[in-house]
Amino acid sequence: MDNKPDRQSKTTRLPRKRFYRARAHSNPLSDSHFPVPVSPSQFEYSLHYPHFYPSEETNETDVGISSAAKTQPKIQFADVGCGFGGLLVSLSTLFPDTLMIGMEIRDKVSEYVKERILALRVANPGQYQNISVVRTNSMKYIPNYFEKAQLLKMFFLFPDPHFKEKNHRRRVISMHLLDEYAYTLQVGGTIYTITDVEELGIWMKSCLEEHPLFEAVPREELEVDPVVKLLTSATEEGQKVARNGGQTYQAVYRRIAAPLVENGRVSPPVN
Amino acid sequence: MDEVSVDEGESNSSIEVAPALIAVHPLEESVAVATGAELRVFSLKGDQPINLQDDSEGPSHSEAIRAISFGAKGRFFASAGDDKLVKVWAVDSWHCIRTVCSEKRVSAVAVSHDGRWLTFADKFGIVWAADLSVVRDSDMPVNRKPIPILAHYCSIITSLEFSPSGQYIVSADRDFKIRVTVFPRNPSNGAHEIQSFCLGHTDFVSCLAFVKTEEDPLGFLLSGSGDSTVRMWDFPSGCLLCTCDVGEKAELGELIGEEDHPAVTDLCASPDGSIVAVAIQSFCGIVLLTCDLSTKSIAVAKVIYFKKSFIPTCLGMSCSAERLWTVTGASNFPSSTTLPLACVKVIDGLQNCYLDSNGAGPVELENDSIPGGEKLLTKLQGSVSAAKEEKALSEAAEAVKTAMRNLLIKKQYSAEKRDFRKRSRNDKKLKQ
Ligand SMILES: C[S@@+](CC[C@H](N)C(=O)[O-])C[C@H]1O[C@@H](n2cnc3c(N)ncnc32)[C@H](O)[C@@H]1O
Repeated sequence: MDNKPDRQSKTTRLPRKRFYRARAHSNPLSDSHFPVPVSPSQFEYSLHYPHFYPSEETNETDVGISSAAKTQPKIQFADVGCGFGGLLVSLSTLFPDTLMIGMEIRDKVSEYVKERILALRVANPGQYQNISVVRTNSMKYIPNYFEKAQLLKMFFLFPDPHFKEKNHRRRVISMHLLDEYAYTLQVGGTIYTITDVEELGIWMKSCLEEHPLFEAVPREELEVDPVVKLLTSATEEGQKVARNGGQTYQAVYRRIAAPLVENGRVSPPVN
Repeated sequence: MDEVSVDEGESNSSIEVAPALIAVHPLEESVAVATGAELRVFSLKGDQPINLQDDSEGPSHSEAIRAISFGAKGRFFASAGDDKLVKVWAVDSWHCIRTVCSEKRVSAVAVSHDGRWLTFADKFGIVWAADLSVVRDSDMPVNRKPIPILAHYCSIITSLEFSPSGQYIVSADRDFKIRVTVFPRNPSNGAHEIQSFCLGHTDFVSCLAFVKTEEDPLGFLLSGSGDSTVRMWDFPSGCLLCTCDVGEKAELGELIGEEDHPAVTDLCASPDGSIVAVAIQSFCGIVLLTCDLSTKSIAVAKVIYFKKSFIPTCLGMSCSAERLWTVTGASNFPSSTTLPLACVKVIDGLQNCYLDSNGAGPVELENDSIPGGEKLLTKLQGSVSAAKEEKALSEAAEAVKTAMRNLLIKKQYSAEKRDFRKRSRNDKKLKQ
């Protein structure tokens, strides 16, 4: 791809810097790079969910709002660090009209999920059209994929524990990252977390507990939420833990509205 | 792949280069220049150089200053940088009233409009707030330690600003993000409510400025970026209103040579946006833009060319926007002499070029017509004749350019790579 003629300046034949700078948005965590949408309006829904976006040409216009996308459905569930995609596959048939995305940083793993979904679509015509996967670093690029208050549910199932204290900031649940999740979840939306590592379970719960924009979902509601049952059973990691009879620690919290009045100043409405 | 070789081949010295900075008091009562660890201030009001005094019992700056800013409507001034010190100065006396120690190097600093909160960003992308209020009674001691209030994950923050109403704090980073966060009355529990992200830049964001009118007192945000554009945002919604490709519109291509999309390195604006001055990587001059806030558009008004080797590293302007203050220079670059270099240039008559195209344009002031004259130059530059050191200035400009590139584009990769390696090790451990 580096040989494309338009990557060279016409006058000098030198590689144009702008194409190299573009790497700032792909993230060379491994040998290949992945593209990141400049903003959520640039996300290519028609590629990921062709069934929901029939015949819509991919438009390559500069940053702008594609008017068609406004009327069509947006992603509402995100499985962050989706691994091999077991949760997406289970949720797909449970909520067939909801668009969902898995976010996975490992290239091979995300490729696997992509293949898995395509195979499911072929084997089950009309089904599994609502799930897809992107290779991305969720800790950096969540706002590039989702607008404010776009999501209804976010999943963090069996995330990497990062035991050492100085690595705690790499944990996918932290006070700072919860700010971004709160931004992208609508009021009333839910964040589901589960782990088999006790220390991480305590950590995730205490972050959520402390965060002013989240409150615990009451037990009665958890009992009737069909999604809760999937936390331990749907993902590859969950099944492994279950096979070994391991204990799990879950925390399910709801996005609540920010206090409306702050020092006599009315905060802008949360839309 | 190629990044590995590129950033492992990089010498540390180029990353340490610190561009010279300038800040102008909102009422043009004083002008400050930072170069290396040196902070130099000239009082225009008193027409004399200032001897800074330190009452804070904290150490003085010992390494490159990376950020300076007049806050609280000109009552306070903050300076911070590689020595991990954030110093707050009372502008009326130019005494340092507070020295806050950061855990990491500091990349951006801002003081809230009410003068109560000092905020600064560290090299990990974390923004901290420190309470500046004076302890009045011992029963209710103010927490003197800075508190982390928000973070850009793994990205260095280039600019930190409070919105005109003080309701929001806006932070820009070296990826392409601008985050608008509600600034709480009491930020000691953090600033968790993100109002919006302004997304659209396709390279690092280097600078931010606010403009407003009576009809729109909340104002609009302007941002400059490595993608060669200046953009205007309705920041509470994150909506992009206008994109001005400055490199292209100002037809700088030939002048800059190899850079067909030169980065916007700094920007400053008159309060109403009618005058926006832009500094551009490798360009010996300034591009003046004008924002029309009723039509939400930005246009190039005029390009000012400087003599060779004066590529501004930083711009400053008072609220009246009569004059544009610029500085060029750097410290810590390989061939630098003992003195950190700074050279100041002042452009007068900014308003003129907007009135009519035939009228007298903006003019570069001669040494003796600069406010404060040679006294000011002696203070801020270290000598009257700094401008004559053409060779040193062009070396400085080159060093700044390289450093900008390295720092803004590649440095983050190594941090992330380390992150990734560690993470993949953890993965392995887990699998067993
Ligand atoms: C232990 S696995 C759990 C996978 C899956 N949720 C399950 O329960 O089977 C954690 C996953 O998160 C991914 N991951 C870690 N950090 C990530 C990041 N910053 N962005 C996206 N994915 C990430 C890892 O690659 C890994 O596949």
